[in-house]
Amino acid sequence: MKSLILTTGARLLIALFLVFSLYVLLRGHNAPGGGFIGGLIAACGFAIHAFASGVAEARRALRVDPRVIGVLGLVCALAAGLMAWPLGFDPFAGVWGEVAGYKVSSVLLFDIGVYLAVVGGILTLIFALEETL
Amino acid sequence: MNSDMTEPSSGRLWGYLAALTAFALAVVFALWIPQVQGGSPVHLTWNWAPSLGVSLGFLVDGLSLIFALLISGIGALIFLYATGYMGDHPQFGRFVLFLLLFMLSMLGLVLARDLITLFVFWELTSVTSYLLIGFGHENAQARRNALQAMLVTAAGGLALLAGFILMATASGSYDLARILAGEGLQDHALYAPILILVLLGAFTKSAQFPFHFWLPNAMAAPTPVSAYLHSATMVKGGVYLLARLHPVLGDTPAWVATLTAAGLVTAVMASVLALRQTDLKTALAYTTLMALGTITLFLAGGSPYALTAAIAFLVVHSLYKAALFMVVGAIDHGTGTRDVARLGGLARAMPWTAAAAALAGASMAGLPPMIGWIGKELLYAGSATLAPSALVTAGVLIANALMFAVAGVVALRPFWGTPGDPPHAPHEAPWQMLAGPVILGALGLVFGLGAGLLQPMIDATVTGSLGQTRAAGLHLWAGVNLPLALSAATFALGTALYLTRDRLRGMIGGLLERLPGFDPGWDRLLDWFRDFCAWQARLIQTGRLREYLAASFVVLALVLGATLILKRPVIVLDLSAPLLVWLIAGFTIAGAFLTLNPHSRISNIAGIGTVGIGVALIFIFFGAPDVATTQLMVETLSAVLFGIAMLRLPGIVERRTGSQRLRHAALAGAVGLCMTLTVLAITSQPLDRHITTYFEENSYSLAHGLNIVNVILVDFRAFDTFGELTVVLLASLGAYAVLKRRGARMRK
Amino acid sequence: METVLAILSGVLSACAVWLMLSGNLLRFLFGLLLLSNAVNLAIFAAGRLTEGAPPLLGQGGALPGHQMANSLPQALLLTAIVIGFGLFAFALALTIRAYRAFGHLEVDRMRLAEPEEGGK
Repeated sequence: MKSLILTTGARLLIALFLVFSLYVLLRGHNAPGGGFIGGLIAACGFAIHAFASGVAEARRALRVDPRVIGVLGLVCALAAGLMAWPLGFDPFAGVWGEVAGYKVSSVLLFDIGVYLAVVGGILTLIFALEETL
Repeated sequence: MNSDMTEPSSGRLWGYLAALTAFALAVVFALWIPQVQGGSPVHLTWNWAPSLGVSLGFLVDGLSLIFALLISGIGALIFLYATGYMGDHPQFGRFVLFLLLFMLSMLGLVLARDLITLFVFWELTSVTSYLLIGFGHENAQARRNALQAMLVTAAGGLALLAGFILMATASGSYDLARILAGEGLQDHALYAPILILVLLGAFTKSAQFPFHFWLPNAMAAPTPVSAYLHSATMVKGGVYLLARLHPVLGDTPAWVATLTAAGLVTAVMASVLALRQTDLKTALAYTTLMALGTITLFLAGGSPYALTAAIAFLVVHSLYKAALFMVVGAIDHGTGTRDVARLGGLARAMPWTAAAAALAGASMAGLPPMIGWIGKELLYAGSATLAPSALVTAGVLIANALMFAVAGVVALRPFWGTPGDPPHAPHEAPWQMLAGPVILGALGLVFGLGAGLLQPMIDATVTGSLGQTRAAGLHLWAGVNLPLALSAATFALGTALYLTRDRLRGMIGGLLERLPGFDPGWDRLLDWFRDFCAWQARLIQTGRLREYLAASFVVLALVLGATLILKRPVIVLDLSAPLLVWLIAGFTIAGAFLTLNPHSRISNIAGIGTVGIGVALIFIFFGAPDVATTQLMVETLSAVLFGIAMLRLPGIVERRTGSQRLRHAALAGAVGLCMTLTVLAITSQPLDRHITTYFEENSYSLAHGLNIVNVILVDFRAFDTFGELTVVLLASLGAYAVLKRRGARMRK
Repeated sequence: METVLAILSGVLSACAVWLMLSGNLLRFLFGLLLLSNAVNLAIFAAGRLTEGAPPLLGQGGALPGHQMANSLPQALLLTAIVIGFGLFAFALALTIRAYRAFGHLEVDRMRLAEPEEGGK
């Protein structure tokens, strides 16, 4: 069910979805948003892309196997959680610091982990479902 | 079969290594003797579940040290003995492993300082003894008897666990040292249930009447196992527990009455049955029951005499019983039979065995100058302090006289007199099998002549662990007194019984045939239980998803409904809400009804989407933008998935019979109603917002975030979120595997 | 206002139960989705409803003068929704697998693991 409009539109849409999802992810700590929502938005973008242009195309656009993304996300979250340990805090406590004038924190890494795990998990599912049918 | 065979020679090596291990343990325990005798118990503790108050702690005081020494010391001799007895058995390595595990569990049991630790080791001894009793697993009878022993003792163990939990509730601690140092639980409201449960555990383990039947059956085990389990270890676990808890549970009418009755009945009944046996090993099994009954009987009392007698007799019995079991094994090994009728005059061919048997048998018969004599004197001295003393004394007298006779049957008859007709010509056992009985028999003599040697240890136990002010003295000659007279009577009666044993055997046999046996009853119970399980499995596990679901929903409705009816919570019905909320609710309900349409899948999916969007709108309206966005995204993805799936899945056929429609509708209505009422009941209560308030106040100061929901997810409860991510990822990987799996297609 | 949500949650769960008992896997999945929505609403209502005041702090972490919506159930729901989706997708995968294996979606006729008594 390839339709030219949908295929072209989906390419535009996916870029929009991705940018928007990153924006939602990054602002999530202080305004509505965050890793879960960002991840879902990005996954929606790719899901629509797969719907419009086929899974193979969507996989190419994603470049990495979604399973790898999911596991990577889990690793990020775990690393962020364990980071506090050697620094003398309880595991999974937030650690805050400043690098070159920017506030950075383990919490942001954790949220990125959430984002990646959600994207990876959901796309694994959707691609697998679409491919088998 | 037996591909995991151990080489005979290497199997022997394991036996020696295990013996060395046990010996080393015994040495370690022996090094603690001075400190424990000095009145200061050794404590070893490390916390492994501090949040539950459970720690792995060991307590070495007089009582546990006596047990530990017996377990490890006799254990070393048993390993040596087993190496000689069955070292070339193809699975000897496995046997040594089981026996070693059993020994360690047993040591854990007597040394545990924590109730839960004690329970764990208690059950471990049940499991490992199952493996040992059933070691000859090709034999159906061995398997059955092993299972019986395990079921009886493990069921008792569960009762014990319940008792321990109640005990911890009553005393406020799982720490035995603290419980023992406390007030005692005799006046606590939970005393009765605690006592019943703990006694169930102790009586099953120590095979007290009416749970005695498993013990003689456990003789299916290889002889080294019987020698170990039924002398110093397994069955003494229950006795240990009774002694251990004596200070906190003892000295009440209920304690005294139960222990006296169970102990006396077991002791007398078992000694009568022991005389009846013609198989040496079975005869010894019944005398073990008698000894356990006697110790239980004397633990009923609260006087120094009774308790000293119990502890001393425990040591006495462990020494001579292990030796005699090993002697019987040696006879079996040397002649090929254990039938007393076919044995006689073995002393010429088996001089060492005969000597060991004579020593151990003399101790069992209670002859001077053996430790057994001192033990028996103490029993008579102690029985005067038990109530009703005449009955107890009579019972102990009868049991001891029978013991005297059985000692003659086991230790005298096979070795002297006219030679029997054993299956093959008797030969002496190898040195590994002689070391144990000779050493233990000699120890009986040494401790008898040097009665003072044991005194400090007994003192430490009776005063330190059992809370008495003093212990009775162990004397070879205590002067002319009542116990001496009773001993003389014992010997006279015992000799008479020994001489008339063949006629008595017939009489007892005739009497028994008229009594119902325990074993057939046990088998019937197991059969009934198995049938019951099969019946209930057929009833409950129908294999129909719909019935499982219906059962779940019925239970849900019943639990919620019953709670609502019983608690009758205040329910405030407040229908005032903005028009918009009503509109959204109506929209959502309309969507839900659309999904019910059995004829159009497209309208079903539209309905699902409508519900999802309606719920999202509610989230938006009531200040939950994050949740609403998530909901919308998930709705979109679900719609996409359904869209994909629809292309391939068939149309819907709904099959419900008329009565099914009615029942399902009623169930659906009930669940819905209960759900509504529950939510109403919850929301009609005042709300405790203090957790939310904490998050609101600390979200910025502690976590530098303004979006509280996100801060909860990634900071305050980050570990939970991590767990949830794992679940999502695993679900998707699982689905991936399910979908991508190639291979044989299942066909109906 | 909680009353409205209580009623809504009840209606949704009643519909869910009806669908899940239908004996068709696809309709079972519809029911599963409705049930998770019903439960989510119940949790949301249990945290009480506050109109239009999302749990966001002002600049510098200032608490707003008015009552904010309860943040705790929101955090619970957010993950519950995502996990619910995971569950649904897994169930859908199983459904598709079952269809490929059996050629139909009638649960009463799927008796591979536990055959009818008497070995039909």
